[in-house]
Amino acid sequence: MTSSIVIVILVTSFATYLSRFLGVVSSEKIKETSKWFRWFNCLAYSTLAALITRTIIFPVGVLDEVSYLVKFIVVILSLIIFFLSKRNLVYPTVLSAILLGLCNSYYG
Amino acid sequence: MINSKYFFQGFSCIKRMDSPAIALGCCFIAIGALLKNLGFSIQESIFSTLLTYALPGSLVMAESLLVGASLVNIFLAVWLVNARLYPMTVSLMPLLMHESQPRWKYYLSCHFIAVSAWLIMKSNYQTVEKENRIDFWIGIGTATWSFAIIGTIIGFIASDYLNKDMMIGLAIVNPVYFACMMVGEMKTIQVTLSVILGAILGPLFFFITPEWSILFGGFTAGTVAFFVGELNDK
Repeated sequence: MTSSIVIVILVTSFATYLSRFLGVVSSEKIKETSKWFRWFNCLAYSTLAALITRTIIFPVGVLDEVSYLVKFIVVILSLIIFFLSKRNLVYPTVLSAILLGLCNSYYG
Repeated sequence: MINSKYFFQGFSCIKRMDSPAIALGCCFIAIGALLKNLGFSIQESIFSTLLTYALPGSLVMAESLLVGASLVNIFLAVWLVNARLYPMTVSLMPLLMHESQPRWKYYLSCHFIAVSAWLIMKSNYQTVEKENRIDFWIGIGTATWSFAIIGTIIGFIASDYLNKDMMIGLAIVNPVYFACMMVGEMKTIQVTLSVILGAILGPLFFFITPEWSILFGGFTAGTVAFFVGELNDK
């Protein structure tokens, strides 16, 4: 292994573990019935929602080359499939890749 | 040490219909292919997923390497993009903590906190008594972590055969899976508002500050949702 790449991986993993570690330290003093816990629960869901929509609207990598309209159609159709299939997660995730391929070749 | 009954009960979550196996596998296949294109060896790619196990962080690391960023810049960029793991940890660990369990389990198993494992645990923690939840969690984490590593290896090996359209298809699977899972979790006013406001404010804040948009958007959305939910409960 190249030493510089290993150092970059170690730095990346330390930066990632830090948030998890500090989260456990803070959790020692937070009860699951407290308002603090409910607030952090809201923060966790909202930051995840922010991350997911940012990944779709302002992606890094190959998704950047797909038009907004195509991504929008695929996500909406996937959510419709999710509800129609009684909240099954396999159908929308598998079909999203196929739908994106079809829509991208049609509209792209 | 670890109660095998609950460990394997958690581990088997990967086989269920709501399992993140497909989405997780697809995105780590993409990561494996990306790392190979960046010049990583297969050992380095496995080492990266093994130690980091957070998709946005791995993408930022790859991006930073491409532009030749310094180690300090890489650290700050990764820490910033993965800062969401802090509220995720604080909103999960109190559900798992029990005085009969040793502390090291929590400090080691927090490495498994990633969107997929976190959402599975949030949906299933009530099915396990509190004393055994940490072993159940370690089972879920080990399963998703193993799947991520296997995905990375497959992606690395298959990278020569993956064309651009296939990579685009793999890239959408993960956000769609998480979007469906988040929508499925919208059962209370606080969570529903958190998800909707976060989805709106995250991209909006991107126009003001791209680096901080997830944290600022998430913080504002979560805080507003919290207060609205608290007022509604009174």
